Amino acid sequence: MTAILSIMLAVILTNNYVLAQFLGICPFLGVSKKLDSAVGMGVAVTFVMLLATAVTWPIQMYVLNTFNIGYLQTLVFILVIASLVQLVEMTLKKYMPPLYNSLGVFLPLITTNCAVLGVTIQNITDGYNYVESLFCAIGAGIGFLLAMVLFAGMREKLENCKGIPECFQGIPITLISASILSMAFMAFSGVVDGIFG
Amino acid sequence: MGTIVLPALIVAAVGLIAGIILTIAAKLMFVPVDERVAAIEEVLPGANCGACGFAGCSDYAKALGNDADVSTSLCPVGGAAVASQIAEIMGVAGGDVDPKIAMVMCKGTLEATRQIEELDRIHSCKSAKMFYGGNWACPYGCLGMGDCADVCQFDAIRIVDGVAQIDREKCVGCEACMKVCPNHIIQMVGKKNLFVVACQSKAKGAQTRKACTAGCIGCMKCQKICKFEAVTVENNLATIDYDKCKNCGMCAKECPTGAILSFRKKKAPAKKPAAPKAEAPAAEAPKADAPAEETKNTEA
Repeated sequence: MTAILSIMLAVILTNNYVLAQFLGICPFLGVSKKLDSAVGMGVAVTFVMLLATAVTWPIQMYVLNTFNIGYLQTLVFILVIASLVQLVEMTLKKYMPPLYNSLGVFLPLITTNCAVLGVTIQNITDGYNYVESLFCAIGAGIGFLLAMVLFAGMREKLENCKGIPECFQGIPITLISASILSMAFMAFSGVVDGIFG
Repeated sequence: MGTIVLPALIVAAVGLIAGIILTIAAKLMFVPVDERVAAIEEVLPGANCGACGFAGCSDYAKALGNDADVSTSLCPVGGAAVASQIAEIMGVAGGDVDPKIAMVMCKGTLEATRQIEELDRIHSCKSAKMFYGGNWACPYGCLGMGDCADVCQFDAIRIVDGVAQIDREKCVGCEACMKVCPNHIIQMVGKKNLFVVACQSKAKGAQTRKACTAGCIGCMKCQKICKFEAVTVENNLATIDYDKCKNCGMCAKECPTGAILSFRKKKAPAKKPAAPKAEAPAAEAPKADAPAEETKNTEA
C-alpha cells in the first residue's frame, strides 16, 4: 500500500509528466486556453493512460519478453495505443454519446500523445508489477490534469493582462509562464522520499 | 534470417489483430451520419463566431441534424439567406430573421460623467471591473478600456470619448462583445428598433444624476408618454419592450437627460440645412423625430 501511494505521489508531484519530464507538452500548450477544455483533456488523458497501461503491460510481459524482442517496444506500443483509442472512440460514440461529445476532438488527439507512451514505457523500465503500473498510470493522469488546470488558470489571468510587451505576446509569454510553473514543481523534489524514506 | 522474420511476424500479427478488432467494432458500432448535417455545414458561413449559441458552425449543423426543434434561423451572420437555405435542407418553412446588432447601453462620455481614479496599469475592462468596479463615477456604465473592441472580429467597435461605439453597418450581431463586457452594457437589439435606453444605472435618480448627466433617473416621463405601453420603469431604469415599440420616438423627445437614444437616420444638417425631406425613411411616425443625440449616432 505504501509502495503504491509513494508511486502515485511521485508521479503526480516530483516526476510530473508534463512539468518535470516534459512529456505531453503539445496538449499542455494547445488545450490550456480555457479551464473547462483543459479539464476535459486531462480527464481523457487519464482514462487513456489507464487503459493503455492495462493493455500494454501484458503485451510486454507475455509477447515481447517471451520472444525476446523488447527492442520493438516503441513500435508495438504506438500501434496498440492508437488502435485502442480508436476503439474507445467508437465505443463512446455508440454507447455514451454525451461523454463522446464532451471529449470531442481530444480523444483522437491523445492517440499520438507522448505522455501516454511515456507512462506505458516507464512502467516497464521501472519494473512495476501490474497493479503498481495501473496506479502509476492513474497518478500520471492526475498529474497531467493538475498541470493542465494550474496552467489554464495562469493563462486565463494572462488573457486579462494587457500590459505584456509586444514581443512577448502570445507563445513567448506562454512558454515563460510554463517554465515558471515547472520551476515551482521542482520544489517538490525530495518531498516524497522524505515522507516514505 | 529467423531474427528478422519472427519479430516482423509478431508485429504484423499484433497489427492484424488490432485491425480485425477495429473492423468488427466499426461494423458493430456503426452510427449513421446524417447527410443533411454535411449539407448544412456547407451552407453556413464558417465564421465560427458562436452567436448561434453552439461551439461553432459545424456544431450548429450537428445540433440541427440531431434535434428538429432547433431553430433554423439562429445564424445572425448568414441572416435570412442562410436561414432559408437551411430550412430548405431540413424541409421546413424558413423562419424570418430579424437581424440583431449590438448596442452600447451607455452614454457616459467624458463630458457626461467623470473618472474618479487613475488606473494607469490597468488596460482591460475586466481587470478594471475587478479593481473596485472601475474608474468611473458611475459603476454601471461603459468602462471604456475596449475589451469589446479587441474581441470584435469585424472592426465595428471604437472607443470614443470613453464610451464604446458600434458601427451599425459593420456589426453582424455575433454577440462576442456582449459576452465579453463585464458590465453587461452591450445588448442585442433588432436592427429595426431605433430607440434604446442607453443607460444601465439602477441607482436612484439623484445618485445617477450626480454620477452622470446622461443617465436614466427613473422619472417615469417616458412611461407616461408612450402610447403603446412599451416603456416601463423598474428599479429606477427605463426599459423598452421592443415587441411593442413602434419607433415613434416620443420617449426620446420627452427624456430630460437624453438617456433614450435615437438611431433614426437624419441627413446631416450642416450640409443641407433646408432640405425639405430631411427626415428618415423610417415612416411609421415621421413627425415624432427625436431632435437631439446626433452626436451619439454612429451611422454615416
